[in-house]
Amino acid sequence: MQEKNSRILHSMSVSIAGVELKNPVMTASGTFGSGEEFSEFVDLSDLGAVVTKGVANVPWPGNPVPRVVETASGMLNAIGLQNPGIDLFIKRDIPFLKQYDTKIIVNVCGHSIRDYCEVAERLSDQPVDLLEINVSCPNVKEGGIAFGQNPYALEEITREVKKYAAQPVIMKLSPNVTDITEMAKAARDGGADALSLINTLTGMKIDIYRKQFVLANRTGGLSGPAIRPVALRMVYQAAHAVDLPVIGMGGIASWEDAVEFLLAGACAVSVGTANFTDPAVTRKIISGIGTYMEKMNIKDIKDLIGAVGE
Amino acid sequence: MKYRELANIDRQAEIAEGIFSLWLHAPEIAAEAVPGQFVSVYLNDKSRLLPRPISLCEIDREEGRLRIVYRVTGKGRGTEELSSYRKGDKIWLLGPLGNGFPLKEAQGKQILLVGGGIGIPPLVETVKALKAMPGGSDVRILAGYRNELFLAEDMGQYADLLISTEDGSSGTKGTVMDIIREKSLKPDIVFACGPRPMLKALKDWAVSLDLTCYISMEERMACGIGACLGCVCLSEEVDSHSNVRNKRVCKDGPVFECREVEV
Repeated sequence: MQEKNSRILHSMSVSIAGVELKNPVMTASGTFGSGEEFSEFVDLSDLGAVVTKGVANVPWPGNPVPRVVETASGMLNAIGLQNPGIDLFIKRDIPFLKQYDTKIIVNVCGHSIRDYCEVAERLSDQPVDLLEINVSCPNVKEGGIAFGQNPYALEEITREVKKYAAQPVIMKLSPNVTDITEMAKAARDGGADALSLINTLTGMKIDIYRKQFVLANRTGGLSGPAIRPVALRMVYQAAHAVDLPVIGMGGIASWEDAVEFLLAGACAVSVGTANFTDPAVTRKIISGIGTYMEKMNIKDIKDLIGAVGE
Repeated sequence: MKYRELANIDRQAEIAEGIFSLWLHAPEIAAEAVPGQFVSVYLNDKSRLLPRPISLCEIDREEGRLRIVYRVTGKGRGTEELSSYRKGDKIWLLGPLGNGFPLKEAQGKQILLVGGGIGIPPLVETVKALKAMPGGSDVRILAGYRNELFLAEDMGQYADLLISTEDGSSGTKGTVMDIIREKSLKPDIVFACGPRPMLKALKDWAVSLDLTCYISMEERMACGIGACLGCVCLSEEVDSHSNVRNKRVCKDGPVFECREVEV
């Protein structure tokens, strides 16, 4: 065997439902578009995967503005899943991403089970690696979170989408539930190949001088470091409740944060709101994890996954 | 090309009550910026995650400097933190962002620049650039204030400046629309930046007289580069990127011909 350079002695590759990622760092849906705008700051080929913004069977206009507002160590958004629809997405966004040596994970949204299945079916012959089913968006009136807050509905939509999907299916879970392990088990029972969590926590902000809601949608999804401890706890619980790969996210802004999620049991992590604070943050997180592994003499990143308390 | 650049603060001054002028050394951004563009300003307090989008007031390419003029929006706000920075402090910027005013389209025409309140600053670099263009441009500026003036001399040295104040303490009492009516102005092209009601009134006026009118829109932003879809405005036609009737203020704008968007 050829002697390897000592700097690449550690392996950062991870596997999600049979899909091999070069490293565990991906983008969180909705914060990164389809990568084009960020490609000026990050070589997308450095990323484990790009997770696209949610796409539906037809174009969605999203919510009225204001759609975003900053909060303490966080932000609220109520974009409302504006998206160009699956036709333009297949024509434009997938070919764009195929230029890069990264995995493509398409986030799928819908108002009804039929909508989700239609998008999954349309993607079945596309060069896409994984589907992430968004049953946890708090900002749309029909669909979205409605499927993610009831274990029976979650199990049913998982089972239906699996009938149409050619790629492995990740169910993206909402933190706005009483018991995350119940939802993780429901997704597993429906046939999910992996889980991702957490989506945003439903929140609100009021302008006290105008006596008005700041967001036109009144409520929005809270993201950013403010939610990180909650996310970490839920990732730990879900990873220990089911025997499925878990992708952890929620306020990850540094490599230290990412390592915490891996130790809690996530086999990969998504970086979301932190992209708004530094568009090159994903690259820094990847190199930071590598340096940490060298320093800690960890040869394989898989040895980190779920290693807390060992 | 956009740059994320650690800028050195050169000087900061309060030029009117709650209005601050900040000169920054940011050579990469300054080399490529054009009038009407903006920068994302990241605050050093890391609990404030989102950058503040602030328009460029002046661009000094030779010295690699940028000037931003902004309003402190309240106690404990990010802009108050920004106003506390002094010479020698450093802050991260991302820019130049957005499209800017289409200066070439205005060349050789009768140009009216209109600013209202904290929408006035981008007009300074705009008038400088228009006046520096070959052939010379016929530029007139309207600036609408609540009461206290700022940047009036900075603009007035380059072109004819007409002022309105809400309390009548300077110039015409009322708004810039009162100046337009009073003088029966009819330029060839308008570049405007200011509060939404001003932009709406300008659009109605421009459409009624069949004038070309570019307006700079404002909206709450997150990423600043067109990815998050936080800062959209309604467009008259289905937009080719969004595939719905939404344009991104940060990337497709902030400057739009007024007929392109709903104001």
